[in-house]
Amino acid sequence: MRIDCPNCGERDRREFYYQGDAVVLNRPSEDAGAQAWDDYLHNRANPAGETRDLWFHEGGCRAWLVVERNTMTHAVHAATLAEKVKR
Amino acid sequence: MRLATPEKTVTFTFDGQRIKGVPGEPVSAALLAAGIKLVARSFKYHRPRGIMSAGSEEQNALVTVGRGTAQEPNVRATTLEVSEGLEVFSQNAWPSLKHDVMAVNDLVSPFLAAGFYYKTFMWPRSFWEKLYEPIIRRAAGLGALSGESNQDTYEKAFAFCDVLVIGAGPAGLMAALTAGRAGADVVLADEDTAMGGRLLREREDVDGKPAADWVVEALAELEAMPNVRLMTRTTVTGAYDQGTYGALGRIAGGRAAGKPLECFWRIVAKRAVLCAGALERPIAFPNNDRPGVMLASGVRAYVNRWGVAPGKAVAVFGNNDDAHRTARDLAAAGVKVAAVIDSRDDAKVEGDFPLYTGAEVIATKGRHALESITIKTGNGTRVIRCDCLAVSGGWNPTVHLTCHMNGRPTWDVGIASFVPTPESIPGMVTAGACNGAFSTAACLNEGAEVAAGVVADLGLAAEIKTPSADDAAYAIQPLWAVEGKGRKWIDFQNDVHVKDVRLAAQENFRSVEHMKRYTTQGMAPDQGKSSNVVALAVLADATGRGIPETGTTTFRPPYVPVSIAVMGAGSQGKGFAPERFTTSHSASVDRGAPMIEAGLWYRPSYFPKEGESHWRQSCDREVGYVREAVGICDVSTLGKIDIQGPDAAALLDFVYTNGFSTLKVGRVRYGLMLREDGHVMDDGTTARLGETHFVMTTTTAAAGLVMRHLEYVLQAIRPDLDAQVISVTEQWAQFAVAGPKSRELLNTVLDQPITDEDWPFMACGAVSVGGVAGRLFRISFSGEHAYEVAVPSRYGESLFRQLVAQAEVMGGGPYGMEALNVLRIEKGFITHAEIHGRTTAFDIGMERMVSAKKDCIGKAAAARPGLLGESRQQLVGLKSKGVDHALSAGAHLFDKGASHSRVNSKGYVTSVCYSPTIGTHLGLGFLENGRARHGEVIVLRDHLRNITEEVEVCDPVFFDQDGGRARG
Repeated sequence: MRIDCPNCGERDRREFYYQGDAVVLNRPSEDAGAQAWDDYLHNRANPAGETRDLWFHEGGCRAWLVVERNTMTHAVHAATLAEKVKR
Repeated sequence: MRLATPEKTVTFTFDGQRIKGVPGEPVSAALLAAGIKLVARSFKYHRPRGIMSAGSEEQNALVTVGRGTAQEPNVRATTLEVSEGLEVFSQNAWPSLKHDVMAVNDLVSPFLAAGFYYKTFMWPRSFWEKLYEPIIRRAAGLGALSGESNQDTYEKAFAFCDVLVIGAGPAGLMAALTAGRAGADVVLADEDTAMGGRLLREREDVDGKPAADWVVEALAELEAMPNVRLMTRTTVTGAYDQGTYGALGRIAGGRAAGKPLECFWRIVAKRAVLCAGALERPIAFPNNDRPGVMLASGVRAYVNRWGVAPGKAVAVFGNNDDAHRTARDLAAAGVKVAAVIDSRDDAKVEGDFPLYTGAEVIATKGRHALESITIKTGNGTRVIRCDCLAVSGGWNPTVHLTCHMNGRPTWDVGIASFVPTPESIPGMVTAGACNGAFSTAACLNEGAEVAAGVVADLGLAAEIKTPSADDAAYAIQPLWAVEGKGRKWIDFQNDVHVKDVRLAAQENFRSVEHMKRYTTQGMAPDQGKSSNVVALAVLADATGRGIPETGTTTFRPPYVPVSIAVMGAGSQGKGFAPERFTTSHSASVDRGAPMIEAGLWYRPSYFPKEGESHWRQSCDREVGYVREAVGICDVSTLGKIDIQGPDAAALLDFVYTNGFSTLKVGRVRYGLMLREDGHVMDDGTTARLGETHFVMTTTTAAAGLVMRHLEYVLQAIRPDLDAQVISVTEQWAQFAVAGPKSRELLNTVLDQPITDEDWPFMACGAVSVGGVAGRLFRISFSGEHAYEVAVPSRYGESLFRQLVAQAEVMGGGPYGMEALNVLRIEKGFITHAEIHGRTTAFDIGMERMVSAKKDCIGKAAAARPGLLGESRQQLVGLKSKGVDHALSAGAHLFDKGASHSRVNSKGYVTSVCYSPTIGTHLGLGFLENGRARHGEVIVLRDHLRNITEEVEVCDPVFFDQDGGRARG
């Protein structure tokens, strides 16, 4: 598997650390309530198809990336810097 | 028999027998040249087996190479190159290949049919593990491992290219030439020792000259191109995502040349052209596994390429024109052709040999080698004497790689086989025989055309220029199995025959996947390369379906067996866990300190002194240094993260539960870090060196984790914060100077003496150490008046030796991990034994450190009701009844009188030590509602070590509870 890091170009997946669903970017406020925090911490979709995950280019530029890919075809559509997605 | 006298030979041994081989040829060629027919015993029935093929698809001729640490089982004699002194052994036979006791299996074979072990060895159940399985495993099998550690070296490597061409036969060579001439970066990989594929194995012309000569010219042109890389002995084993291909490279010379044995390549290609060719398939006829029965393509390879005649009188049996080609080549080489048997009624052939059309081979004879065959023709049966039978059942395109990403091949009626389904692998196209184009001319043309299309995609222009070659049509009439008395073998490597497949269908294992598992067809190391299509055809027939409806099983990587050693190259032993040494490492080793692993770091356990016979003596003495004089400990392994920027303090406020923006410059604060789920991630001290400059200390274990966490927070959660983080763990050597005499000692190495007023508890700042710019932190992990002094790493060893020498003058010395652990347990300081990932700030008694004034990572989740209150197991101290009552970490805690069962467990012990300061054994642990139970006596029980002790629950701070010593 290859990921096209916006800083470094296309690199082997061994350079990356996988975290999980990119929903963690949408952190609830401190007082958002138990349900919102439960969803944020625990509840994840497990789609057969398009996903949006957080990866970390740990063996490269150390950028956190939002990687969009398809779990059925294994196609990797895009990798964007998490800080840009967030802003 | 050799057809010509070779110029140069090497000598190797087969089961001790000295055999001459020609450099460059496989062991199988040399064995055939020496007239050796019997080379192996089969997997299950121990039937005599010979050499079938001349390639990596070989099913029978598996041998063991070398001995001892260099012993390698299950090597195919057809791909193993001869070399001087090579030791080759037959396998799965005892006491010898010719007299194999286990051949008795073959006599009782009616009881050992497919699935026999599922039915026979059911009862009694307890017999399975102890009796049946070991016996079955010993009886059936292939080569054995030596049991010794492998001393060979292996490599791994990456390669990148525009176009990867897989296979260097006529299609592959043309593809590489076309793409190379167009200027593309090309990698051409081929598993053989020489490139050319079947062009080296057939007698035919290309471009008006012998094919082998054309290959030499083509390779010369490719070698001259700087943009083309030729990789021989390299089998592409798998197709993976985004144009990544795995490849197994065997290194020429290997072990004997002092080189790695193999290299595992990961080749990243923008495009790939699969030119993997085709594999000839056998025909299932009675006793078709006799040594001497070979694939016709293999026979031609031995005759044409290596000048070896596999027999003195060779019969040929086939259902297509390749049978005739084999007969012609044999005759041209001067080998007697005993007969050509063609199952087609209308077959035509010219040649000086008997031809039987509409005929089939129905029996073979010969104990350890073929002596005769019986054929059935329209006019009855006839026995033909021959010592070799070349069989051609047609060709199967090598579609394997196109199936590695879930692709299914398509049935092609014209060639009675499967062809690749287009676009099965993104970026890969197929050309030549693997695509069902079987003539040499078609292969050359497809190779050129497909490569031209590929380079056009890459924005390059290619010219299609193909040489002339043979373009005979492929005429085949399917023939899968011949009826007759005796077993008709399909999967030679797993001893599966026609009746097994029919039995599977009869017992309703009709799906191809079920048949495979029931019979084990296709599950041997060759993964059914030669047997799958025949087995499918037999299953289709038995179930009354067509072959396309029956479907195929899935081809998975790797295409050929790949050793775990080469996939894990570089990751064995220290390659898997590299060593990290502190600057004081050799100073500690010089003092005889046993070094223990802390993650990848090595740290001194204790520093033994003459007269000490037990580690506890050293440890107690070192604890005494710190409590009474001064001790020195290298703490450089703790993570150090430099944090700078206008929002550095805000970042710390967000990742720590407690506030840091209120910390004054020149002061240090202890911080507690949570995961977002409210559990403790790490703890440590952070020093404010300037208004916008902090240095964070992490635990040794969590240094990498915390660094990643900070980068995560800065980029993914709070990109609004303007702060930078970088690890400086390796840049600074840092030493704890701990004990009542610590300041006195420090003043001997600092250029400006310090006082208690300038450097109160938790002060920090820059100092000059022997003219070197260093840092000083007044912090304590022992509870004593203590400091940590840091200098750039290059001065670490020198400073350590100096500090230790000074400490010894003052009645102290160095202390190791054991003493450090005792000192911190006495003070109730936690480590990852306590913050092990399932404990909260509340559990460790630090809930007041979660600031109410600000948000932080983990704050919301830590407030969940289930993580607070009496039901939680809370950190407590545990005191034993005395010096003779040692405690045990990992033990569980029970109320007095309760039985020591899981349901009654009220907690567990995380850390224990003998405290020379308190004079008894101490422990830290977690106990349900523990903070309310100080003073109670409970029971500690360790079922593993069989320890039961009564302990008193107490405050986790055993020593100097008001902390006066650290401040004082």
